[in-house]
Amino acid sequence: MLIAAFTWTEFAQQLAAGIRQGAVFAGLALALVIIYRSTRAINFAQGEMATFTTFVCWSLMNHGLSFWAAFPIVLVIAFAGGVAVERTIIRPVENGPVITIVIVTLGLALLLNGLMSVIWGGGNRPFDGPFSTRTIDVGGVPISLQDVGIVVVSFVLVALLAVFFRFTKLGLALRAAALNRDSSELVGVRVGWMRAFGWGLAAVLGAVAGMMVAPILFLDPNMMQTILIYAFAAAVLGGLDSPVGAVVGGLLLGVAITLLGRYVGFVGEELKLPAALLLILLVLVVKPNGLFGRVAVRRV
Amino acid sequence: MRLRLALELLSLFALAVLIAVVPRFVSSFTAYEIATVGMYFIALLGLSILTGYSGQISLGHGAFMAIGGYTTAVLSVDGIYGHQIRDVWTIPIAGVVAGVAGLLVGIPALRLSGLYLALITFGLAVAFRQIPLKFDHFLGGTSGKVLSLLTTPFGLSAAPNHWIYYLTWGIAFVLLVVAWLFVRGKPGRTLKAIRDSEIAAVSSGISLARYKTLAFALSAFYAGVAGSLYAIARGFMNPDVFPVVLSVYLVAALALGGVDSFLGLILGASAIYVLINRSADVTHWLDHLPAVNLDPQRPGMPDVIFGAVLIVVLILLPTGVGGALRRLFGPLTTRLYSKS
Amino acid sequence: MTALLRLDGVEARYGPVTALHGISLEVGEGELVAVLGANGAGKTTTLRAVSGTVQRSGSVFFDGAKLARRPDAAARAGIAHVPEGRGTFSELSVWDNLRLGAYTRRGSVKEEARRVFDYFPRLEERKSQQAGTLSGGEQQMLALARAMMARPKLVLLDEPSLGLAPMLVTEIFDRLDKIRSEEGAAVLVVEQNANLALAHAARAYVLEVGRVVVSGSSAELRADESVRRSYLGY
Repeated sequence: MLIAAFTWTEFAQQLAAGIRQGAVFAGLALALVIIYRSTRAINFAQGEMATFTTFVCWSLMNHGLSFWAAFPIVLVIAFAGGVAVERTIIRPVENGPVITIVIVTLGLALLLNGLMSVIWGGGNRPFDGPFSTRTIDVGGVPISLQDVGIVVVSFVLVALLAVFFRFTKLGLALRAAALNRDSSELVGVRVGWMRAFGWGLAAVLGAVAGMMVAPILFLDPNMMQTILIYAFAAAVLGGLDSPVGAVVGGLLLGVAITLLGRYVGFVGEELKLPAALLLILLVLVVKPNGLFGRVAVRRV
Repeated sequence: MRLRLALELLSLFALAVLIAVVPRFVSSFTAYEIATVGMYFIALLGLSILTGYSGQISLGHGAFMAIGGYTTAVLSVDGIYGHQIRDVWTIPIAGVVAGVAGLLVGIPALRLSGLYLALITFGLAVAFRQIPLKFDHFLGGTSGKVLSLLTTPFGLSAAPNHWIYYLTWGIAFVLLVVAWLFVRGKPGRTLKAIRDSEIAAVSSGISLARYKTLAFALSAFYAGVAGSLYAIARGFMNPDVFPVVLSVYLVAALALGGVDSFLGLILGASAIYVLINRSADVTHWLDHLPAVNLDPQRPGMPDVIFGAVLIVVLILLPTGVGGALRRLFGPLTTRLYSKS
Repeated sequence: MTALLRLDGVEARYGPVTALHGISLEVGEGELVAVLGANGAGKTTTLRAVSGTVQRSGSVFFDGAKLARRPDAAARAGIAHVPEGRGTFSELSVWDNLRLGAYTRRGSVKEEARRVFDYFPRLEERKSQQAGTLSGGEQQMLALARAMMARPKLVLLDEPSLGLAPMLVTEIFDRLDKIRSEEGAAVLVVEQNANLALAHAARAYVLEVGRVVVSGSSAELRADESVRRSYLGY
């Protein structure tokens, strides 16, 4: 079952790759958690929204823009898109049954997936990422610059968000609106627009995740489907209402499945996703709230 | 009460007659298509027992269909100890294998609230695709397994398309009766009584858990049977035969069509058929509309339309068509159903 | 003198149930006015009608203008509502709660906080503590402090004495008097404890089943034995 050959160099490489994977999971998981906190529902369209914005980036680059020139434009579009989605299709159903919101997001996922196919075609295509695939030597271990770049970008993004939520007035208002809608209204917070803002932020997180991962996975309409599942798993692992949990869960999951895939022969490449799901199921049975969560998962 | 029962039995009988007679009036290929609709109908029937009566949501029933399909493929191609099993006899086996899988999912599902269950089962739908890739010598990997072409067995004189039509709808009919008995019988009545009273739900403990797990296993059984029939009809089985999106379509069809209504299930099954099997034709047809210029090589339009319809209907009717969602998910899933 | 707050035939509904059947009342600038009555009389609903957190019809005039029905409109106009249950964000720190209180204001939060800590020094000690871990009395003080952060012209106060020991309640009402004299804020307070409320209020309205049945100055109401017996319970 176990692979015999083991070198520390390779282990370090696998660890680095796992952290990079985890960073992507963390970003998308954080998006899911932000939406869950404000709307109490899971956005099943998070992956398709991310892929869609990545396609927009691709189109912009096809029109001559460099990646870093297109990047901020895509973020703005993603933010606007997230806000628009919340205000148009989520707002009418957001005070109703959670299941309705879920199915609406599923409908959105179908719509976006089909739309991507119609606009850009179904096959996959290469995506020129911002980071070169050269490797640099870190203490004797060859680490891909791309991995480093992805981790740094994700880290910076999460740090910015943390500062935003903790220290700015708007961040505080967002947190308040998610915690206690009625009290927030009384102090003058516009809860509806805070929700929309949350969806915008989540869309931005998704866009970044998509653009980071596209050079590796090649861009096609179904690119984020598997990653979305990992992101679900990470969010559940960390606790659906915990942003810290999402980041920690994402990193843990990324490292865990990379190492499992490499060192447990049975798991290999193919069974990583089932293994991740099994892991989550085990955690939920033992700790129904996830590692850092507070809202109960159990029924009645 | 008795009048209602009589009416139900009468409509069931009329239905049977209708199903028996239709192939005389349509082409052989159309019979094949209606048979395919029947397969989705069986799967939807099972799912409606799960969500309609035990209030659990599964976004992964396509995986159970795939389990059924693969069971049939392996048994009829490789067989057991070298003996190939005729495809027809694999159907119940496929159902049981899928049912056992449903049981295995249904037990931990008891501990998960609706939203978490939806997530896990969706993960199941996506992750299941990996299984045939891993066990590729056994399950055929990406190229899958090729079954024998659809033939009429036992020397019967019907055309293969008619054979699969009667087989599918015959099984559908039987399963409909079984579902009807389940719903009217102890499990269904228990679940329904509990559904209407949360206090009863809490205090009934063990039997509730048992029936809910049973509902999961039963719905998986149905899906497995449907998957098996599908594989037999098509003559091959690979990871793409039951795509992830099918699991979504199944739940969406229930949300739109309602769970109590037979017509709703038929319409839902037909919609799924169009989306999965006739997507290219729809794109082609849409292309003929003025001012529409669609590339048939890019078949996303049916999904765009279906997604849009789903969203619009749910916004206008948040409890689904005819309160379907309300009935689907009831007080049993208060956390899922309750206002956010 | 036009009143700071004026309700004219205001009706309020919770879905199909009508809770207020045409309430008219006034609060002058800097006045402390009490709303009294038994449970279910519609006292809380009256406050909600002002802050726009319940479906209402009829006119509410504040500071010379008609008040829109949205809850954030009331906050922006200078009304601070301390609801039943205090409206504290229990997962946030005391400091964050205060920051939220000043949400509609532009100035420095630190300066406003200094002013508010003067009234409630105990809160400054507990600045970084999670609000949910404060004692009942401290939470009530936090709720008041949060309301005062925005320098409101009117404070809507719902059952401040609820669940508090009498000594604390006296302390809170004393602080309230001090705040009013220093900042000139008007207060519309809902209270079950009619005796206590009338001791501090200038005027009072008595509600029964969603209507105003008696109103007048506290002195009048306290003197009238039949009113005291029938409506105020003492």
